[in-house]
Amino acid sequence: MSTGNMNLTLKVWRQKNNKTKGALVDYKLADISPDMSFLEMFDVLNEQLINKGEEPVVFDHDCREGICGMCSMFINGRPHGPKDLVTTCQLHMRSFKDGDTIVVEPWRAAAFPVVKDLTVDRSAFDRVIAAGGFISVNTGNAQDANNLPIPKMQADAAFEAAACIGCGACVATCKNASAMLFVSAKISQLALLPQGQPERYRRVQSMVAQMDAEGFGNCTNTGACEAECPKGISLENIARMNRDFASAKFVSEETV
Amino acid sequence: MSGFGNAFSSSIGKKFIMGITGLFLILFLIVHCGINALIFISDGGLTFNVGAHFMATNWIIRAGEIVLFIGLLAHIFQALRLTLQNQKARPVKYAVNDGKANSKWYSRSMGLLGTLLLIFLVVHLKDFWVVSRFTGIPTVDANGHEDLYAVMKEKFQDPVRVAVYILAMFSLCYHLLHGFASAFQTLGWNHSKYNGIIKGAGVWYSIIISILFAAMPIAVYFGLIQ
Repeated sequence: MSTGNMNLTLKVWRQKNNKTKGALVDYKLADISPDMSFLEMFDVLNEQLINKGEEPVVFDHDCREGICGMCSMFINGRPHGPKDLVTTCQLHMRSFKDGDTIVVEPWRAAAFPVVKDLTVDRSAFDRVIAAGGFISVNTGNAQDANNLPIPKMQADAAFEAAACIGCGACVATCKNASAMLFVSAKISQLALLPQGQPERYRRVQSMVAQMDAEGFGNCTNTGACEAECPKGISLENIARMNRDFASAKFVSEETV
Repeated sequence: MSGFGNAFSSSIGKKFIMGITGLFLILFLIVHCGINALIFISDGGLTFNVGAHFMATNWIIRAGEIVLFIGLLAHIFQALRLTLQNQKARPVKYAVNDGKANSKWYSRSMGLLGTLLLIFLVVHLKDFWVVSRFTGIPTVDANGHEDLYAVMKEKFQDPVRVAVYILAMFSLCYHLLHGFASAFQTLGWNHSKYNGIIKGAGVWYSIIISILFAAMPIAVYFGLIQ
């Protein structure tokens, strides 16, 4: 890694736990390399804090390859920072300028309570999945190529929906803290494929009911979620979910 | 509860009500704007008064008026409920939130635009609807119809009222710019072959309706129509 030459001011949300109030705290960082990822920059900050005997900043991270969905951080008013289609771990300091002030906050939603500092509890997403985001039977091994024909467009759309890593950026950026992009992606990836059909209308009702119970807001179609999603999940999925929900409630004879 | 369960009380169900009532109000605006545009015939309001007379006396229209008010109230109350719920979904606000980076200001301001429209609507209903339905139109035209056109001419002599109407039409335009396409998305009518048409129609609809409505007080005030 090249030697750093960036001097930055960080305003980081520090909050002891869910019971206490938090506040933005200023930190000065010197000699940051533009080649560092945003999380590596936080590692540097934390090492300095530890050396000074202070509490390091707690933040979620895991793969640091942009595929796991663990990292979060609301950076300068945008989830995963200023770049499109990247997660915070894939955001590099070259996207900022020497002398910048960077404000870093946790995802803010009633359904995502702060655990500590920048880490929030996203288990509401797990409970939505557990409510119906699965296929109840084992669908077996991969079939012979043309045993189960699926139109290419359909397969692609299912794959694109399945790209959702469940990071919660959609909820974080939505002015209503709505989870509809996430939930619709998890519904669509199954609704578009033959194995998902038997439970299609039960699934949409159960998952939407759980989403509501978790206290997420209601979608107003601003499109912010789609614009900020690091995986480019499309609003088309929300329309599909709404369509399936209407079919489930008004056409399907199965009630949940 | 019947088999419909929480069809309308769930988050998506509430959106359906917003979308359906929104589309209904969009249809209403076409009728409203179409009949009002009869003033541009510039025949002393004779044709316009025929239209107004029909709207005021035909029983299907009068029954429709009741449905219209129900739809309007449903749209307003549902919006209020959703807004309160949405605020509860984010109790702690962001210190910095760069909304303009990912969405249009009017998409994020539907509540504000709607409130402005509601305030305007109170003024507007008092100006014309109360007069034509309750307090009575004072004069009749050459055909013996109630001269609503004369009421319009008199009201729009006031520059403040004209300004209020024009500003309200800006609110309407932006409210519709988001609302038109949004209603289709909410109802699940998202289709790669039609999305462009819906978006385009929404933009044209919003602009044309708002300009036509705004042109009415302007034309009357400046005496551009007779």
